[in-house]
Amino acid sequence: MGIHRGHRARPLEWLAERFIFLVSLSTILMVFLIFLFVAREALPIFFGGANTAPLQTVLSPEAMDQLSPAQLQAYLELTPQQFATLDRESIQALLLVKQEAQDEIPAHVRSDPDARVNTVEWKYLLGPHQWSGYDKPEYIWQPVGQIQKYNIIPLLVGTLKITLIGLLFAVPLAVGAAIYVSQLARPRVREIVKPVIELLSGIPSVVVGFFALIILASVLQKIFGYPIRLNAFVAGCALGFAVIPVIFSIAEDALSSVPQAYTQAALALGASRWQTAWQIVLPAGLPGVFAAAVLGFGRAIGETMIVLMVCSASVMSWNIFDSARSITTTIAAEMAEAVTGGPHYRILFMLGALLFAGTFISNLIGGVVIQRFKLKLEGKR
Amino acid sequence: MNTLTPSQYLPETPPGRHFRAEKFDVGSFFFSGLTGLATLFILAILGVILTNIVLNGWSALSWHFVSTIPKKDFFDAATTGVLPMIVGTTIRVFVMTIFVIPIGVITAIYLTEYAPNTSIITRVIRAAVNNLAGVPSIVFGLFGLGFFIHFIGKNLDTLLHHPSAVWGQPALIWAALTLAIMTLPVVIVATEESLKAIPPGLREASLALGATKLETILRIVLPQALPGILTGGILAVSRAAGEVAPILFTGVAYYMASLPSRLSDQFMDLGYHVFVLSTQSPNIDQTRPLLYATVLVLLILTLALNIVAILIRARVRKKLRSLG
Repeated sequence: MGIHRGHRARPLEWLAERFIFLVSLSTILMVFLIFLFVAREALPIFFGGANTAPLQTVLSPEAMDQLSPAQLQAYLELTPQQFATLDRESIQALLLVKQEAQDEIPAHVRSDPDARVNTVEWKYLLGPHQWSGYDKPEYIWQPVGQIQKYNIIPLLVGTLKITLIGLLFAVPLAVGAAIYVSQLARPRVREIVKPVIELLSGIPSVVVGFFALIILASVLQKIFGYPIRLNAFVAGCALGFAVIPVIFSIAEDALSSVPQAYTQAALALGASRWQTAWQIVLPAGLPGVFAAAVLGFGRAIGETMIVLMVCSASVMSWNIFDSARSITTTIAAEMAEAVTGGPHYRILFMLGALLFAGTFISNLIGGVVIQRFKLKLEGKR
Repeated sequence: MNTLTPSQYLPETPPGRHFRAEKFDVGSFFFSGLTGLATLFILAILGVILTNIVLNGWSALSWHFVSTIPKKDFFDAATTGVLPMIVGTTIRVFVMTIFVIPIGVITAIYLTEYAPNTSIITRVIRAAVNNLAGVPSIVFGLFGLGFFIHFIGKNLDTLLHHPSAVWGQPALIWAALTLAIMTLPVVIVATEESLKAIPPGLREASLALGATKLETILRIVLPQALPGILTGGILAVSRAAGEVAPILFTGVAYYMASLPSRLSDQFMDLGYHVFVLSTQSPNIDQTRPLLYATVLVLLILTLALNIVAILIRARVRKKLRSLG
């Protein structure tokens, strides 16, 4: 009997094992579903299935019989399933409604040369366009009004601007602290300082945003004297606070995992603590520190509430003291007013998919670098 | 045979000279100081934020404030309160743990106890966990809107023949589920850590006595891993309690006259309330004490949980180190 008590002998045991395996697959399923469902809502943008032009060529209801069903369906902006459920009369009624709606467009919009532009084509999403009323081609994100402008370049610039300021602020501080805590500090100091810095990541981002809005913005304005109180610089600094614990704990972990033999050898040869840290431990731990910065970048680019509270207007400018709007902020602020299934809604989901892809890549790079680094230190490569 | 003591074989320290490897070196002193200053600066930031909030928030905090359901105009300092926000945040986080802890713990058990370390599927699961941890919170919000509300909720409504949207709209359950997916990696990582801290000898002893692998895990491994699972749960709760972005489109309400009573209700939330108070107040000077008090309540809720988790984790890590 004892021989057969291996775990394959019992059907219940086998079943439980399968169950555990299946549940653990759910993480893969989640990542897949997230990408699928965020991208699904954005699909019409990628395949040109949306049209935002207020003024369209009117197909008169009388001419209905000369058109193919596919043309009618595209014109009425219906899905094939919706179109299939409609009979002849209701299609005619819809055509009439559409014609009347087109007739009601005011004259000033009618005379606008941009009224026939489908603003969600890639050309208008990425390239500059000379909109009527402007004297040169410009990048504009302005999803309200008769002619909605969806150029995403100002949002990309805003995101990069804020993220880079945040990293410029956070990386030196966090890596410096990581060197200090892992190499120079006495064990007792280390045991207190490390959890306290990690506690910083426990502060909700709304609280950091609130602090930046109420206190930091005024203090920084007093020091630097710029005209706009809430700008990309303030948002970047606040973002830095939120990213410091992420970069710190990964960098500290990497530096601590450099073998003791390295440090002891350097110290025995007469190097000072600092020389050991700077010339031996940091170069050995550099891949880990790099990964920390990359993962910090991923965290910073996806941070929403801090930037939402501190920055607002989307302005196309590289000046760090101008206002800026990041991708995350745009999604958070505008989703509530976007019509479900409309072009604005789809564009916001497309931005979400873009963000997901960006953080996916930066996490992948960070993860791979860390894994190789650990394998190398263990001497397995 | 005589053994030498160090005092016998080491050369005597020359009188008047202390044995010290390092000479004083300006560069070393300067740069060590710089890293120390960086550390101090980070600690100072944390200190300034916390003291500022505690000092300003304490005076506005009262029993009345935390136990009152506010009227429509919650910017009025005299009559407002944060009871519905506390209740809303607590319930959404509680519902979340019901989903996230079992799934997270089972996944961690698979990864540490069953998974063959080198197989492709294990590596893909690990990559998925890492990736899930890095997805921006606002993307979780979009996912919740696209998947739970527009896909599952809408289809549920058609299936149950509801005349108006019941499940196909922002609701407590959808916010909780979105948060559960977001905090899944937190639970998995913490549980895994504590499972690894259990000495393999315990498992081997149990198997040698004739217990099956499942019995070993349920009776021996899991009870030992409980502190770690607890840490994971607490960290997940504290992270979720402070997150606002994922619930923006999936369940939070600007104002509700009554407390949420069903899973399909919307709810008010502490973090979102902080956002509303600080960006949409008609008179920021008047709302400031209110705002500070609300932030303080949120901080107490999240930081207290965090500190407890850090203390438990420190014990687990100490155990791990004593084994390694």
